[in-house]
Amino acid sequence: MSQTLRKKKSQTMQNAQNKNPATRQLQSIEEVDAGLSAAGYIANRQISTAIYLAHHLQKPILVEGPAGVGKTELAKSVAAWLNLPLIRMQCYEGLDESKALYEWKYGKQLLYTQILRDKVGSVIGESDNLTVALDKLHAFGDIFFSRNFLEPRPLLRALEQPGGAVLLIDEIDKSDQEFEAFLLEILSDYQVTVPEIGTVSALVPPIVLLTSNSTRDLGDALKRRCLHLHIGFPDEKLEARIIASRVPGIDARLLKQLVSFVQQLRALDLKKLPSVSETIDWAKVMVLLHTSVLDVAVVRDTLNVLLKFEADIEAADKQLAGLTHKAQREAGIT
Amino acid sequence: MSGSAEVPTASEPLRRFLQVARGAGLRVSAAEGIDAARALDFIGYADRTALKDTLGLVLAKTPDEKAVYHEAFELYFKHEALSAGDDSHDDADSESPSAGQGMADGQGAQGGGEGGEPSGGNSLSELLTQDDRAGLAAAMESAGRESGIENIRFFTQKNLYTRRILVRMGLRKVEEEVEALRSSSTKQNIDRAALLEARLAPLRDTVRDFVERNMLLFARGDNEQFREELLKSARLSNIERRDMERMRILVRQMAKKLAARYAKTRRRRLRGQLDIRRTLRKNMGWGGVPFVTVWKQKRIEKPRVMVLCDVSGSVAAMSGFLLMFLYALNEALSDIRSFAYSGSLIEVSEILEKEPVEQAIGKIMEAIGWGSSNYGNAFADFEEGWMQHVTNKTTVLILGDARGNKTDPRTEIIARLSQRARRIIWLNPEYRTLWGTGDSDMNRYAPFCNLVTVCSTLRHLERAISGILEGSN
Repeated sequence: MSQTLRKKKSQTMQNAQNKNPATRQLQSIEEVDAGLSAAGYIANRQISTAIYLAHHLQKPILVEGPAGVGKTELAKSVAAWLNLPLIRMQCYEGLDESKALYEWKYGKQLLYTQILRDKVGSVIGESDNLTVALDKLHAFGDIFFSRNFLEPRPLLRALEQPGGAVLLIDEIDKSDQEFEAFLLEILSDYQVTVPEIGTVSALVPPIVLLTSNSTRDLGDALKRRCLHLHIGFPDEKLEARIIASRVPGIDARLLKQLVSFVQQLRALDLKKLPSVSETIDWAKVMVLLHTSVLDVAVVRDTLNVLLKFEADIEAADKQLAGLTHKAQREAGIT
Repeated sequence: MSGSAEVPTASEPLRRFLQVARGAGLRVSAAEGIDAARALDFIGYADRTALKDTLGLVLAKTPDEKAVYHEAFELYFKHEALSAGDDSHDDADSESPSAGQGMADGQGAQGGGEGGEPSGGNSLSELLTQDDRAGLAAAMESAGRESGIENIRFFTQKNLYTRRILVRMGLRKVEEEVEALRSSSTKQNIDRAALLEARLAPLRDTVRDFVERNMLLFARGDNEQFREELLKSARLSNIERRDMERMRILVRQMAKKLAARYAKTRRRRLRGQLDIRRTLRKNMGWGGVPFVTVWKQKRIEKPRVMVLCDVSGSVAAMSGFLLMFLYALNEALSDIRSFAYSGSLIEVSEILEKEPVEQAIGKIMEAIGWGSSNYGNAFADFEEGWMQHVTNKTTVLILGDARGNKTDPRTEIIARLSQRARRIIWLNPEYRTLWGTGDSDMNRYAPFCNLVTVCSTLRHLERAISGILEGSN
């Protein structure tokens, strides 16, 4: 009994999958890899596997990792590659369903009541008593609580996209715990319930990415429903590929030095380690300055691009000579 | 998208791995197990890295868990590989290179192939006679599986499981055979009995090894949990040095849990309760037609806490933990000031904030710790320097055994303090029966405190602090 039920469910899910235009592009992990890199996102195996599984298992991905390693960028690139609309919801303290899911257009409702005030007389004009008048009014249904007066917010919009979408729920750790619980329905069943209208199911299940900087622990219920992807700092090779893709036209030897320097910097005991986004910024700066060889003076002048705390800059400053020297040596410059 | 996705059943290796993962301390729910099985329908077992990535995505949900997962995965799949690789290794340093060494390799491959099947076919004595290590290993694996080795939890069960596996492999029969061979008198038979016995001894060792390895795999998490449970309810003054590191982690975990539970937003919107006054005011411009609605809000006060910690020799261990706990709670307690006292009292908030807690505590101890306590003096110091900062929103938390070495307890200061403060909570690490005995002034201070409670274990500490946080909103 339960097996046939499950079978049915998986069949309907399969049908939905087949209708889903993205399925064509998500045949294998390698294809994900290629697709993402075509969209300018150099992914490691884990990331590609996660996207592949997210689509086929229809599960959201919870992406964690330090700031600036490309969590948000991943969602953007997936959307760009699959040619789907990216719907982004930034979380913050105090975010609630009226901002995330839907809101009634109060202003419009009020305005319409004002305008229609005169019409009420003509509708119920000939009624003899109150009951008949009320019945007539009931016949109109809940005109003011219909789709026309509903303002869809990101979550509802994502479900209503005819061709599917990429839904990015950014920095979920910044939202309240109650909001997290509210998300569970949409994350596990891809549907939401609006009391006045009913349950709205997704036409095509969107690819959902949640990002978190771990400022607080997320609930187990949420984690259980998600695939968990941890993006750390990339290794030297991967970082070089990322920079090369993001800053086209950068000199290969300079690139090698930059990456080697940043990698060494991450080994230091700093308050905030430089992230990939900082490396990219730094590379751009170097290209603008027409630098071809990193020397101590240049690094010292531009260190504030990489490090964002005064104490960190001071700590790194002492070891600058050694770090640049090593970076030069590794790039084959003596 | 093959048809096999229809009814997800955890295949045998996955089921066993889930058990290993749970044993290693990952919390894998049934739903996650099903997800893993479904994911493997897409990925398959062929590609090891893909397999590892996939299971990691589905099963491990924090960086800590990822590390545990990584270890468990490596251990488990290496272990699986070992049962095939082990034999050739054993063959190499086998002490009896004469008997059928040449065919052992050939049979190794065969043995590996039928590894999944129960040990039927060859009897144990045959395997022993032929010295068929691959066959023995396969038999051992399946006997282990049948005897439920994955349920092993404590090292005291090692002998039990070793015996069980040997019996399943057919030890009794071999023993009977040896017995029978012995009683007959032919030279050939006695030789055979000796050979069997000689081969049985290393087998026992191998099985014991196997059980030990499995215990490592399956029971580690449980043992850790057991140890942690013990530590939580052990008297803090009795904690041994080697458990300190673990205690620190525990304290941090507990504090984090409390912080997450109580770190609520300071303002919460009460949805559905219109603030009529403010709505009207906001919509004055539209002639009172409420275009913009304003909802009622509730403010939640964060607790203000002042902690007075006795750091004299008798309660030093305890106060270290209290300070650690409070500082890990930073998120929930936005306004906290700490003081340490023994003979006199100093403020230590700054030291604690600037340095990592462990070092800070060391520094405080150096500055003022280990002296003999003088409660009267310490409270006088407090009144002089900080009494004016105590408001009707402040919770004062005093930790100490109230043993002032027969000095003047100056209870009148605590009386004044209780008038100013919202409440005073006294945590005493001594048993209740000892209060008031000897030089203890606990009973003299008690009337001015809103709560006096015994606090000698980590669990007590958690309860006391959760009480403070609860009472604050």
